[in-house]
Amino acid sequence: MTPMRESSTFPRTVIAEIQRAAREGIYDIRGFGAKRAIPSFDDLLFLGASMSRYPLEGYREKCGTDVAIGGHHGAPPLQLRIPITIAGMSFGSLSAPAKEALGRGASQMGTSTTTGDGGMTPEEREHSSLLVYQYLPSRYGMNPDDLRRADAIEVVVGQGAKPGGGGMLLGQKISDRVAEMRDLPAGIDQRSASRHPDWTGPDDLRIKIEELREITDWQKPIYIKVGATRTYFDTTLAVKAGADAVVVDGMQGATAATQEVFIEHVGIPTLPATRLAVEALKDAGVHRQVQLIVSGGIRSGADVAKALAMGADAVSIGTAALIALGDNSPDLDEEYRKLGSAAGFYDDYQDGRDPAGISTQDPELASRLDPELGGRRLANYLNVLTLETQTLARACGKTHVHNLEPEDLVALTVEAAAMAKVPLAGTEWTPGN
Amino acid sequence: MRQLNQALHDSTDGSFEVLRPDGRHAIAVGLDSAATVTIRGHVGYYCGGMNQQATVVVEGNAGPGCAENMMSGSVRVAGNASQYCGATAHGGLLVVEGDAAARCGISMKGADIVVGGSIGHMSAFMAQSGRLVVLGDVGDAFGDSIYEARLYVRGKVTGLGADCVEKEMRQEHATELAELLAAAGFDQADVGEFRRYGSARKLYHFDIDHAAEY
Repeated sequence: MTPMRESSTFPRTVIAEIQRAAREGIYDIRGFGAKRAIPSFDDLLFLGASMSRYPLEGYREKCGTDVAIGGHHGAPPLQLRIPITIAGMSFGSLSAPAKEALGRGASQMGTSTTTGDGGMTPEEREHSSLLVYQYLPSRYGMNPDDLRRADAIEVVVGQGAKPGGGGMLLGQKISDRVAEMRDLPAGIDQRSASRHPDWTGPDDLRIKIEELREITDWQKPIYIKVGATRTYFDTTLAVKAGADAVVVDGMQGATAATQEVFIEHVGIPTLPATRLAVEALKDAGVHRQVQLIVSGGIRSGADVAKALAMGADAVSIGTAALIALGDNSPDLDEEYRKLGSAAGFYDDYQDGRDPAGISTQDPELASRLDPELGGRRLANYLNVLTLETQTLARACGKTHVHNLEPEDLVALTVEAAAMAKVPLAGTEWTPGN
Repeated sequence: MRQLNQALHDSTDGSFEVLRPDGRHAIAVGLDSAATVTIRGHVGYYCGGMNQQATVVVEGNAGPGCAENMMSGSVRVAGNASQYCGATAHGGLLVVEGDAAARCGISMKGADIVVGGSIGHMSAFMAQSGRLVVLGDVGDAFGDSIYEARLYVRGKVTGLGADCVEKEMRQEHATELAELLAAAGFDQADVGEFRRYGSARKLYHFDIDHAAEY
């Protein structure tokens, strides 16, 4: 008898998706980021110190982590104690306790958190010592009072999970409070716009930024966030449009609800995007003046250190922050299984039944998340990321994490070497040079 | 511009005149007082943007995004307005005495907009709430993907966008239309000549059988 053989073209997951599509008649919508294997910071290594480089003493010599973001055009910059920020995630996609926990954790560590496509809640403002207010195509909840209350403004052009796509919040998550903040009826699907309603292209954006600066008396740093695609040109245009900081979100960046086909097939990984953005800033003569924040798949101090070594000023985390709060906890495995998933696999942030109380608007589920405990866990996690980053920086002999540089890096694969433009390990060969 | 807007931001009320605006952008943006600002000439982008409480009058034409995201107060344009006027406006009254270009009232969220002339294509796109009154004609794809905004048109509508339909003009609509026309200074217009448009609400929940509508 011929042994069973699974098709490479039609493995079981593909067959199951075809069967689901035929049954339901709608594309698969889910949360989380890209799950496919792609070149990443894992494909880089630090060389560390040796005969020609002195390391710092691990527990004795200081290694700075602070960074100022957003002062290029004269606004007071955000003074962050660590180069790790919390990415934009909306109230609506996340519960109020989750947003509060993010604010608490970030504030304990002296860093910023960010609103999302749904406006600013009072709880979020109260518990976030540094809050970045997103300016999105939908303009849900957008108002000048919150602009003035914010510490910085982030004009969102796109995000890594879906460059070129708009927001999506399905009806089951539109509670009365969410609906009121968005000026929409409760319970209906919200597919927010992918383009801003009152500007088109970088020349208009320059004028839009001028307006935002005038409204806020030039007191708020302006970030521009783009999904990683044509990153060199996008970064160059963001600088020309007047950004104080550029946020580049790679394709691993997550979402609360997007078509699977979009998440997995649009955009480029964070690794090449980081290098392209740094090149653009250097060519424009503003590297380290207009700060670069990269996001999308940042999980460890190694990721942070590698992004900084490639020239980023800071990184931003989203998925990892939710996991720190309790997302995908093994303690909830039984409940995840009732939803057809399992701990470690759960990505149905769109359907509002999150047993961890994070991606839900159900009051009972949301009440499961203790914002103080969640904030403490996030602070712990941010602390670990920082200590790991310092560990690697000290090993490379750096007194500040921003002194890490591409020269400290080599690549494990030809692909990563080409994308990061660092030599393949053990060679002097950098593809493309 | 900085000095002008700072002076307007620092005021609690009073009347201001802006002479020779010369099409500059972001004039009288972010106001939050009962001031009256009269601009004698044409303005560029985003005049009156995010207005709260103030009365802004443009004695000329307005560039793109006039009164965008207005919260309250009023903005009146004596001439024509370029594209996206009243975009995402949450409150207040925007009056354009002449014509308004494409995407008038795009994504409006509660404001009232009254246009004396005609408006361009894709107007009231994704209009969430508020009221839009047009005394002239309307371009193609009017009210595409509209939510709960109410639209009143006296002239010809080139074409309706997805999920936008003509609706019955009941007495309460005639009453609110008359009030809007009076507030905008068009009280000579005959309410009986207007038709009402709004959402069919068929796209509120995704339905595969309506996929072609998107």
